[in-house]
Amino acid sequence: MPPGRPLRILVCIKQVPKAQDLQVDPKTQTLKRVGVPSEINPPDANALEFALRMKDRMPAEIVVLSMGPTSFDESLERAVAMGADRAVLLTDRILGGSDTVPTAHALSETIRKIGGYDLILCGEETTDASTGHVGPGIAGHLDIPQITYISDMEIVDGRVRARRTAEDGSEWWETAMPCLLTVNFGCNRPREPTLSGKIRVKRGGVIVHWSCADVGIDPNKVGLKNSPTIVAKVDTVHLPPRARKMFTGEPREAVAQLLHALVEDGVIRP
Amino acid sequence: MAERFDAVVVGAGPAGSAAALALARERFSVLLVERGRAAGAKNMFGGRVYAWPLFDLLPEWQKDCPVERFVTRESMVFLHGGASLALQFDSPRLGDGRAASFTALRPRFDDWLAKKAEAAGAMLITGIRVDELLMEGGRVRGVVAGPDRIQADVVVLAEGAMGPLAQKAGLLPDLAPPAVSVGIKETVDLPAATIQERFNVGEKEGAAFVFAGEASMGLRGGGFLYTNKASVSLGLVVSSEDLARKKAEVPAVMEGFRMHPAVQRLIRGGKVSEYSAHLVPELGLGMRARFSGDGVLVAGDAAGFLINNGYTFRGVDLAIASGVAAARAAVDARARGDFSAQGLASYERHLRELNVLTDLETFRSAGGYLKNERLFSLYPQLLLGITEKVYTVDGGGKRRISDIIRKEMKGKAPLLRMVRDLIEGARSM
Repeated sequence: MPPGRPLRILVCIKQVPKAQDLQVDPKTQTLKRVGVPSEINPPDANALEFALRMKDRMPAEIVVLSMGPTSFDESLERAVAMGADRAVLLTDRILGGSDTVPTAHALSETIRKIGGYDLILCGEETTDASTGHVGPGIAGHLDIPQITYISDMEIVDGRVRARRTAEDGSEWWETAMPCLLTVNFGCNRPREPTLSGKIRVKRGGVIVHWSCADVGIDPNKVGLKNSPTIVAKVDTVHLPPRARKMFTGEPREAVAQLLHALVEDGVIRP
Repeated sequence: MAERFDAVVVGAGPAGSAAALALARERFSVLLVERGRAAGAKNMFGGRVYAWPLFDLLPEWQKDCPVERFVTRESMVFLHGGASLALQFDSPRLGDGRAASFTALRPRFDDWLAKKAEAAGAMLITGIRVDELLMEGGRVRGVVAGPDRIQADVVVLAEGAMGPLAQKAGLLPDLAPPAVSVGIKETVDLPAATIQERFNVGEKEGAAFVFAGEASMGLRGGGFLYTNKASVSLGLVVSSEDLARKKAEVPAVMEGFRMHPAVQRLIRGGKVSEYSAHLVPELGLGMRARFSGDGVLVAGDAAGFLINNGYTFRGVDLAIASGVAAARAAVDARARGDFSAQGLASYERHLRELNVLTDLETFRSAGGYLKNERLFSLYPQLLLGITEKVYTVDGGGKRRISDIIRKEMKGKAPLLRMVRDLIEGARSM
């Protein structure tokens, strides 16, 4: 860590539809994103909590970064209310339809503009797309080391040592800063926003909005046209309809009928 | 960095938002903290607001206040057995001017009032629970929420009937059963046109019903029904003491009320869309310790500012007025540079000027009177029994009304006791 300066941690977050309220548009077969309750992508919330715990232990500045429409302010405000110092939203119509390739490019350019970072934390993947591309993509563009799927880390002599979850156990990796880490979903329990955090949000000035022009992003490298991913087909799994049997009559009788039916169907054993 | 405000108001219900609004207008820096996700999200009431305090606090309130319907008809219904006896009152003067009352939905009404406080300059923070009062040298110096300590000259506790902070501060006695009733409410959806036809009211007009007698299955309490735009609020307030003593289940009592033919007629075809329950303070003034302490004022339900005299249920209007009174007391304290209990002592005078305390005192004994079980079982039974006989013509020979009354009362109600109850009732109302 450079002496005399707090650690600067950038946390990349995305706002996603709340998992329990997911709805698929029957016509377009895509996720409904408008008019449904949203949340911070849960693995990103784990990444943020990771950063906040570091800040609990050492002098650090946490800058939260996101790319999306201005409705994402809701999640950025929550991140600041949880304890982040400030937030940057890259928001521009020309970014619409970007897949993970232009997204990683645009975010890495934004990170260059913020500058002075020691650590970049991302969630391992998003719950609405589950690619896990963007974190590693950013590290690639910035040409910095990365450790993915981490659940624990420490800073020893100015170097990062992190535990990476592997299929058959875990591995400890070490690298120099600045570096990028993607954080395991569920490796910690994100804290709730605090009163003083919410007051800071209300007082304003904690979130800035940047356009592509502000950052200097080439419009020919972002947006739907510059996204190589093609969604060829989406299948929706239809659950079989429920039997909806009603047992009426005296409670004692109805319950007996219900139990009988459950035994008959092999749901429970007599 | 420790945050500091001139005043912290706990709870963005009618009392808290009114206090925050009035304080912000007096150029206090105000933090209004609400536990729910939004103002009104966690709040519940019968469904009716008496509007009088809004005329002074927000003279233009009718412009954007989320009124469901203005109450233009009042009914009192006695229930016994399957029978009912209704007393209905209509008057072009009912609800005129400052006497206006309206039905409302709390998420909308509370949100509206909280936004007025914000517009006046108060800072509204939702989704945060205040855990403790910040105490220093025996006096309140602010609030504690999670890891944060927020300092303030004065804290207004408008935290609702449970009053956990007021209890901890020794300002609210323990809420033993006699001090609280249980309010239960169902919102029953009905098309607006059906409501207008069924209750014989115009598009913006509404009806209010109070049910007495068997509404609460013989438990002390009463029922109510208010018409909203496209739903009715149907509910009960019952004595928690009786619930416990008679081992009655709240849902069963509500079910019994809802299934009464007189109630069924009013909600027929409706769909229950909400079910809620809430404690109703029945402290009365006698049980209250204090409304204020060093650096702290208590307003609204938390202070027990509620009137239930059997024919009107009032809470929101007293809450708003008490919030305003609290703000005035804080202004007086600031002028004296003294926010101790002594500096805030004018709260009681302001409560009196706004008729909060005076009205509570007027009906002080109503609470005791309404504890008389004969009101909820015997008298409605007599009333309905007599009425039924009066209207029965079956060729079995008619008697004079006075004979009917005498026969009905025989062995059930000693005349002397009835006269005593009647006098006591007239006095306490």
